[in-house]
Amino acid sequence: MSSRIEILNDGGYRSDGRRQYELRDMTFDMSEQAGADGSAIIAHGLTQVLVSVFGPREAKMRSQTLHDRAIINVEVSIAPFSTGDRRKRARGDKRILEFASMIKATFEPVVQTSLHPRSQIDIFVHVLQQDGGVLQACINATTLALANAGVPLLDFVCAVTGGVHAAAPMLDLTTLEENDLPHVTVAVMPRTGRVTLVSMETRLHVDRFEEIFRLAGQAGSVLHKEMRAAVRERTKGVVDAMGSGLRTSDFAEDAMMDDT
Amino acid sequence: MVEITIRKRQREDAVITQRKFFKKTARGKVIKVIRERYLRDDVVCGIDGCRECYSTVGPLLPFNGALDHKLFPHGHFVLPDTNVFLAQMDLLESTLFTSPIILLQTVLEEVRHRSLPLYNRLKTLVKVDDKRTWIFYNEYRSETAVVREEDESPNDRNDRGIRKGTSWYNSHISVTRPTTRGQITPLPSVVLLTDDVANRLKAEKEGIPCLSVRKYVEGMPKASQLLDLLAATDSEALEPTVAAGGRGAIYEDYLPTGELAAGIKAGKLHQGHFNANQFNYLEGSVSVPAFEKRILLVGRENMNRSVDGDIVVVEVFDEKEWKAPADEVIDQEVTLKNDDVEDSDEEGDNNEAIVEERKALKTEEAARRAAEKQPTGRVVGIIKRNWRAYVCHIDSTSLTSSNATSLSQQTVFATPVSRLLPRIRMRTRQAPTLIGQKILVTIDKWDITSRYPEGHFVRALGKVESKEAEQESLLLEFDVPYRPFGKAILDCLPSEGEQWVVPPKSETSLEWRDREDLRDLNICSIDPPNCQDIDDALHARRLPNGNIEAGVHIADVSHFVLPDNPMDDEAASRGTTVYLVDKRIDMLPSLLGTNLCSLRPFVERLAFSVIWELSPGAEIVNVRFTKSVIASKFAFTYAEAQKRKDDLKLHDDLTESIRMLNTVAQKLKAGRMTAGALNLASPEVKIHLDSSESSDPIDVEQKEMLETNSLVEEFMLLANISVARKIQETFPQTAVLRRHLPPPSANFEKLQDILKKRKGLNLDVSSSGALAASLDKCLDPTEPAFNTLVRIMATRCMLSAEYFCSGSVSKETFGHYGLASPIYTHFTSPIRRYADVLAHRQLSAAISHTPLHASLHSKTHVERVLGVVNRRHRMAQMAGRASVEFYVGLALKARVEKSLKVHSGKVTEEAFVIRTFRNGLGVFVSKLGLEGLVTFKRETQFDAENYTFTIPVAETGDKDVTIAVFDKVVVSIDVEKDRNTQRGKVKMTLVSPIDSTAL
Repeated sequence: MSSRIEILNDGGYRSDGRRQYELRDMTFDMSEQAGADGSAIIAHGLTQVLVSVFGPREAKMRSQTLHDRAIINVEVSIAPFSTGDRRKRARGDKRILEFASMIKATFEPVVQTSLHPRSQIDIFVHVLQQDGGVLQACINATTLALANAGVPLLDFVCAVTGGVHAAAPMLDLTTLEENDLPHVTVAVMPRTGRVTLVSMETRLHVDRFEEIFRLAGQAGSVLHKEMRAAVRERTKGVVDAMGSGLRTSDFAEDAMMDDT
Repeated sequence: MVEITIRKRQREDAVITQRKFFKKTARGKVIKVIRERYLRDDVVCGIDGCRECYSTVGPLLPFNGALDHKLFPHGHFVLPDTNVFLAQMDLLESTLFTSPIILLQTVLEEVRHRSLPLYNRLKTLVKVDDKRTWIFYNEYRSETAVVREEDESPNDRNDRGIRKGTSWYNSHISVTRPTTRGQITPLPSVVLLTDDVANRLKAEKEGIPCLSVRKYVEGMPKASQLLDLLAATDSEALEPTVAAGGRGAIYEDYLPTGELAAGIKAGKLHQGHFNANQFNYLEGSVSVPAFEKRILLVGRENMNRSVDGDIVVVEVFDEKEWKAPADEVIDQEVTLKNDDVEDSDEEGDNNEAIVEERKALKTEEAARRAAEKQPTGRVVGIIKRNWRAYVCHIDSTSLTSSNATSLSQQTVFATPVSRLLPRIRMRTRQAPTLIGQKILVTIDKWDITSRYPEGHFVRALGKVESKEAEQESLLLEFDVPYRPFGKAILDCLPSEGEQWVVPPKSETSLEWRDREDLRDLNICSIDPPNCQDIDDALHARRLPNGNIEAGVHIADVSHFVLPDNPMDDEAASRGTTVYLVDKRIDMLPSLLGTNLCSLRPFVERLAFSVIWELSPGAEIVNVRFTKSVIASKFAFTYAEAQKRKDDLKLHDDLTESIRMLNTVAQKLKAGRMTAGALNLASPEVKIHLDSSESSDPIDVEQKEMLETNSLVEEFMLLANISVARKIQETFPQTAVLRRHLPPPSANFEKLQDILKKRKGLNLDVSSSGALAASLDKCLDPTEPAFNTLVRIMATRCMLSAEYFCSGSVSKETFGHYGLASPIYTHFTSPIRRYADVLAHRQLSAAISHTPLHASLHSKTHVERVLGVVNRRHRMAQMAGRASVEFYVGLALKARVEKSLKVHSGKVTEEAFVIRTFRNGLGVFVSKLGLEGLVTFKRETQFDAENYTFTIPVAETGDKDVTIAVFDKVVVSIDVEKDRNTQRGKVKMTLVSPIDSTAL
């Protein structure tokens, strides 16, 4: 019956009651995961992703180590219960490998790998629940997990999906909308405004592209504020828990992050 | 820059913001789906001047609502529930219904689920300016959103949502209105309109003002007019909405094949081709050998999923149930316009479309006459489906989303161009882009649970009314092979190509072997203007003994097209050349057709000649057949030849020979007429094209017949008959012949009856001669065109001529009814007909010129080839006619536009009534060769016995107007496009004796 649902009705509401430029509710959980150096669970509406980061640590495979920088290893697993119909995806699934390589390519220019030569950073992405915008959730969660692990980053990476219905652009699509609309996922580094990923798997009219692209970029900076607040709060919580006077460095970090 | 925000919600909201449901996939898997919903407080109420809601969009509802209702002196708004929209759309659409309407999102979505066409009507209703309608998105407003509770049906949930919405509105109004000096001013109320008693009871309990639609309308200022619009529903009962249960079977299953075969053998069941009725989609017929009259299949259930052209097995009902054929026009699109694509699977009495259909059948039933009973029956099995790809249009109202960028899959209706076919349901992802295009759709299956067959999209042909698309769709619709010739075929052509010439005469030359040299004869060809494939030429000269030698020379195609090579195979499968108004689809590659085989003037060409010695009285003294080499002296058009013959100053040999041919032809014709040949008429028109490039039609006129036309015709007939005798004599088992069976007298019954009752004329159909004679007597002194009309109608009663193999039928049935000849074949147009090529080969063997190819000795082979040729021939004729029709339509459109521009008048033409229906007239516009329907919506009296049709005094305001078959009327012709399917349609309305636009 999905065909009977209007993507954008005459009143300007989307099928879930949002308006065009409204993003879904999001929650960030950066609490400790057993064993991981840093982790984050992020939810965009009903899409939920858990990312655990290990490293930088000594590379397991000697042969793959690089003498001047760290290597990033991304593994993605999609839980079979993440969609309505239970489907088990094999580890070697091409789609998953592609996903992993996209995430890797997104973070390679952001992580300061040259600070950790001959080491490896492992990023494990677990998709727990899917309702559209899985790639954006994975990227945002990876950003937070890397920050949580203390891996030096040049900037946040914030990803948002934008789509277009008739001539109306909209942001942060659900599965329902993704199935119906042409869409682009854009990952930006909000401080510099640089773009590290543009992924589009549907056909989109050239004339529409620029608009969507710009809009997704702007949404990235809105997201950035939210993510920064989350990181700050987490850091504050940790610092408070330690109960010590490391205030100055805390301020320094703040100063750096406010530098946008 | 737009404002981008994040919609935040509380964790604990999840209960009302998440919706969980289970969905069954096509494969039967159950999937759990969870959807979220964001509730908000900024959904506006839409009332003008509301303190809290600020809206900039759209026309708002008036501050106090409508003040003109008796029960609500302080003003009110109406809030109808879903069933009101489903059942009373006419009422709400009326311009007299002026109350401001609040349309809840819940209601809107429910309407969308239940019926898309109604949803589309509702949407246009919302947009209409003089209606004050506001859509309130209650499901997104935090106060009004409801969640389905445990063991609550979706219907109950929606009803609760509607009630909640109504009570919210009422409290919203009371909260936001200012109280003046502590004194409460009376407030307008929001009234829930529902015909559901249970819902009303619940609403009253909750203190919500609510009324039934009838009660509400009774209190309105123009109640009397509005009450008429009220649809009668039996909805006073509790809960009229039946949840759609499991899929019920609409049709019965077919019997197993073994049972069918046994039944046919035992004579209990009958097998035949299914023919749909183009005027009434709920009726079809099957003609079977066991009954003289066709077996009538009335109603969807009895037709049981047969599609026009299928070979079906029918069970005949008891004689008590036999009926007369319908005399009413039932248009599928009109009756089923509100039918829904996805829901049409479900059988149920609440389905409006079915009710409508039953109504149509029932009213019609009552009107069927007792007389003229035909056997009725039902289809119990299908022997062979003759499904192919059909040219269709997409019905735009069946679309769920017309958004051009939508990638989602939709189920839509494809309406075939041919009226004989049912709508086809198909699923496509590109529906919005296909609107306004001609597309090709094939039927895949037709399940017993599905009212419509299911098909899939094959490809798009192009925009509706573009010439390319129309042309291609014609060719596809009539199954005309139109691909260019392949390499293997072109390799069979002579290697010299265009340069090929008849080699100089010599003993050793292969071309000259056993050929007569007729290059000196005064041979000429007479053809229509611009004819390129000239396949016949004639000559005549006086012999010393006073007799006349006449010769017909036919292009020697069999010299170039050798049996059993790729070109021959292709020609056999194409069967015939197809002539469209602006295009010709050749049977043979054009090098042969328009050059090497074409008997062009001034060049030497190979020919197959039939040469007679005729007495001055045009009796055949002697006939011989020979292969020859000719050099045509001139290529005339009919008009040129006529002019030359009539020019008394000219005495050259060529002119003399035309005159001689003409005198002989006249005698031949007279002889044929006395033998009882029919002079039939068919509505043939000619299209004038602007220029050869643009092919824009300029105008339409009737074809005119010259003396020279009949000259050529007579000699061709003579040649065909002579050849037929010869090849039948030589090859009694496999000769390729053509016959025209005498029509069964039952075919003429209706025409005879009409003629007798209307004009007092008798039609004698005992033999072709008698028929010809009585047709000659069908004259109306006041109306010269009457005779032609009767001839056209008589022609329609006849069977069509067919090719056959002489060994496969008994000798008594060889005759050609129309030509009154005991034997006949086609020999004279081998360039454009494949049967002629076969006749050439056989004749060539009969004169011991070339041995006959083995395949032509085999009866089964000849039968098979002729079967194909017969079919192609029929299709080609229909395609040609359809092409003319299309151009007539274009020309008409141009004419309508022109006349609108010049004097804002309509195009009117004289027409004859040829059929009467209970609710309309079939008319024939002879000037345009166009047949059309004039339908009446209002009450009329139809006298089936006398074929008259009376529009009563109440409608005309003056006096009763009676129209009968054969009456001359004036109709105005208009070309209009169907709004949904973009199918062009000729619409006729009566102008005289009475203007029917209002009827």
